[in-house]
Amino acid sequence: MRWRQAYWDENFIQDKKRYGEGPLIPYEDDFREIKIDLPENILRRSSTGLPDLPEIEVVRHFIRLSQMSYGVDTGPVPLGSCTMKYNPKIADFLTQSPAITDVHPLQDEDTVQGLLEIIYLTERWLSEIVGMDKCSFQPPAGAAGELSGAIMIKRYHHDKGQMRDEMLIPDSAHGSNPASAAMAGFKVIRIPTSYKGTVDLDALRSVVSDKTAGIMLTNPNTLGIFEEDILEISDIIHKTGGLLYYDGANLNGILGIARPGDMGFDIVHLNLHKTFSSPHGGGGPGGGVVCARGELVDYLPRPLIMKEGSRYYWDYNCERCIGRISAFYGNIIPVIRTFIYIASLSGRGLREAGEIAIINTNYFIKRLMEKPYYQLPYDPSRPRKHEVVFSAKKILQETGVSAEDISKALLDEGFHAPTMYFPLIVDEALMIEFTETESRDVLDQYAEALNRIAEVAYKDPSLVKSSPRNTSVRRLDYVRANHPKTLAPTKKFLDKIW
Amino acid sequence: MYHPWIPNSDPKIKEDMLRSLGASFEDLIRDIPEKIRLRRELEIGFGRPLSEHEVSIILEKILSKNVVFKDPPPFLGGGVCPHAVPYVVKYILMRGEFYTAYTPYQAEINQGLMQVLFEYQSMIADLYDVDVVNSSMYDVSTATAEAIRMMMRITRKRGVLVPEKMNPFIKKVVETWIWPVDGVLIRYKIDPAEGILILDKFSENEIGGLYLENPSFLGEIIEETDLLNDYVKKKKFIFIVNAEPLSLGLLKPPGEYGADIVVGNGSSLGLGMNYGGPSLGILGIKMREEFIRQLPGRLIGATKEVDGDKKGFAMILQTREQHIRRERATSNITTNSALEAVAAAVYLSYVGEKGLRRLGESIYQRTVYMKNRVEKDLVGKACINSERRFFFRELPIRFITRSYREIHRELLKRGIHGGLLLDNLMEGMVNTSLFCVTELHSRSHIDLLIKTLAEVA
Ligand SMILES: Cc1ncc(COP(=O)(O)O)c(C=O)c1O
Repeated sequence: MRWRQAYWDENFIQDKKRYGEGPLIPYEDDFREIKIDLPENILRRSSTGLPDLPEIEVVRHFIRLSQMSYGVDTGPVPLGSCTMKYNPKIADFLTQSPAITDVHPLQDEDTVQGLLEIIYLTERWLSEIVGMDKCSFQPPAGAAGELSGAIMIKRYHHDKGQMRDEMLIPDSAHGSNPASAAMAGFKVIRIPTSYKGTVDLDALRSVVSDKTAGIMLTNPNTLGIFEEDILEISDIIHKTGGLLYYDGANLNGILGIARPGDMGFDIVHLNLHKTFSSPHGGGGPGGGVVCARGELVDYLPRPLIMKEGSRYYWDYNCERCIGRISAFYGNIIPVIRTFIYIASLSGRGLREAGEIAIINTNYFIKRLMEKPYYQLPYDPSRPRKHEVVFSAKKILQETGVSAEDISKALLDEGFHAPTMYFPLIVDEALMIEFTETESRDVLDQYAEALNRIAEVAYKDPSLVKSSPRNTSVRRLDYVRANHPKTLAPTKKFLDKIW
Repeated sequence: MYHPWIPNSDPKIKEDMLRSLGASFEDLIRDIPEKIRLRRELEIGFGRPLSEHEVSIILEKILSKNVVFKDPPPFLGGGVCPHAVPYVVKYILMRGEFYTAYTPYQAEINQGLMQVLFEYQSMIADLYDVDVVNSSMYDVSTATAEAIRMMMRITRKRGVLVPEKMNPFIKKVVETWIWPVDGVLIRYKIDPAEGILILDKFSENEIGGLYLENPSFLGEIIEETDLLNDYVKKKKFIFIVNAEPLSLGLLKPPGEYGADIVVGNGSSLGLGMNYGGPSLGILGIKMREEFIRQLPGRLIGATKEVDGDKKGFAMILQTREQHIRRERATSNITTNSALEAVAAAVYLSYVGEKGLRRLGESIYQRTVYMKNRVEKDLVGKACINSERRFFFRELPIRFITRSYREIHRELLKRGIHGGLLLDNLMEGMVNTSLFCVTELHSRSHIDLLIKTLAEVA
């Protein structure tokens, strides 16, 4: 496709010309006669460096910058592991209700029964979807859900008087898994992936012991492959007294098809900003949910949403719970977006989403493999689920064009690139997840683009290596950006680099 | 079934795709053991897919059970207060290029988003008078928890001094986050005569930092910032300051009185209260090598094209982060509050330097007005439950003649949402309620509150 991204040589907003006195402040005149009687030594004397601008200049600045950005609304963003679904517009508008945005978190429960009802229904639905007994919305994102889960596991063993300080994590896992386990004070034991692309059972058996606190898994895993031995894994871990934690980032691969609870998992986190279509916001906010079953419900971060008769309330009862993971009830707007998403699709629609996500992945694999350029490591005969990881190693070896170069060339086609260089167990990894919301045409075009880029790599690698050309800027200098002598994380350091 | 959000659910296309795969859907899931297949439809939603119209009717019907307090807005404090959300902010946040984007892993195609985040980092750094601000934490409580864990890594000490009347919501979160690393919160108070008093027994050489809230949870403006600065310098503690951003057009920024790490609640910067979240956690530091190496979260930095001369932005110092450093990362944070950081940048640009100063002054004036009215019109019925002179935005009011619980109910009956009862949240705050006044409260709102309190208290 032919496209060219906008480029505005837009000054920092702080450096724009200054106008006026700032916006109108409600009822300011009511209080004019009251003197500012504060002591000199605690008053601000320095400039805040903020601009004073008429409204139109503020709008233009940020609209121009938005034109130099790219999201799912612009084109496909098939970042593997990120589940970049279309974000339904109905939810943008419905969540602007003052009955959501203007509600104080500490308002009396009697005044927020509507919100609590939605949160309650959503909690029930999510528990059903993952096969758990109860969910807490406290974690603001997936990683905070992992931290909650890891601390729950730690507390659980602690209460049982057991010193279990090892967390097992596959080498294919997302970086936040080992980071969360370490934050919760665990030693991370890395489990290798077998040639089949799944947890190596012999390796697993050889490391479990009475030190094993649990295992953190995602299923399907980050290769998009279903851990078919999951019941055996569950058995091995539970027999030694450990627990199973489910990283729900990949739930889209089994939505309505299988449930973590039925696989033996004890604790689950969900990413509402992935599976349930809440937008990623350029990095956040997310919506994390942590769910548990049986005895582990006691350990969930509080408060939990409850219903008695027709009244909804927060249960703060915390005998064994880990406490709070964030200040209030979590990120409520993604929760309401989840309500809207599930109400719009119902059980049938969620299953359809899961099925189409899987069909899309395998259809794309088929289209891409029509040409011989990319490899599908780990048992190519096996169907993938929500995502697939290709390797561009052969292209690199034969032409010098890397996965990163290919990604940049995709930008020139008007597409966002896949996730690169993750999972770490695949060389020159290109990790692709279309989700169910991309059309067949997009899958066809993307496969054709990837193969065309590979063809160009064999003919004239420098063309690929010199991409992107159609984006606002061309490749950026990461060495200088990260060098201590030229590091500029805020405006005050700019003269070091610009 | 076909659904417009799922293009390939068109039965004909779905069939075509499966045919070209030479497979049935069952074939594609053959590796999911029979035993764990879900053989029924999930019992969720309302039994069938609903149209937009139906969904909006259901949602609105349920939400109508909420009571929205707009005129007057709630007088409810506790670290979150009602503030104006400019339409300019709402409008910019609706730009799909921002809100439907992922973290800018592909820098060249997301320069605009990164410039906004860089502007955010720079604005907040100037506002707090520090050098580096990350591109967001989830909320102020997790920002504080991360700041304290960062302090523990730098000093290798597990104790941190915290105010006797620390924000209890932040405190609970910090306790959860530092429990796995044996962190300990030790309470201190600032005594006008004797200076800093440590209230809990703990060996001083295990203390690495001091955490201050300014204004305090009770709205008190801390006058002894220089004393605290001298104290932390003498003890070689890391000085962590949590300051309300809207106060900083008026009050001295923490960096000026020696803060090494700053945190803040960005929710007042045009985000709306959202029943607590999404919110924005501010986290910043003075530029020191061991601090920046230990800083959690994403950072956007300035750079240039490799082969051209256009200026640009990139994510920097990623080797601190989970996707590279894994179990040795400074934090597990991945998804953050980027869109709220965008909102804060738009908000601060919209309000501007003069606007922010006027806003700070105006909120202060309203706090003074409210305090004066309590002291004048509620004599014998209520008093300010604090020894301090100056307050910003929040006021702890102790009721003398009647239980606040009952008073609160009376207020609600009259369409007024009162303050936050502190009895169960904080020692020594008997029958005390934390009220707040912001730029959304007019003189007649405050007069109405005082008049009603005079009647029912
Ligand atoms: C597999 C996996 N696990 C965990 C996470 C962390 O989730 P979040 O970004 O919501 O913190 C991610 C997302 O980036 C992921 O892809």
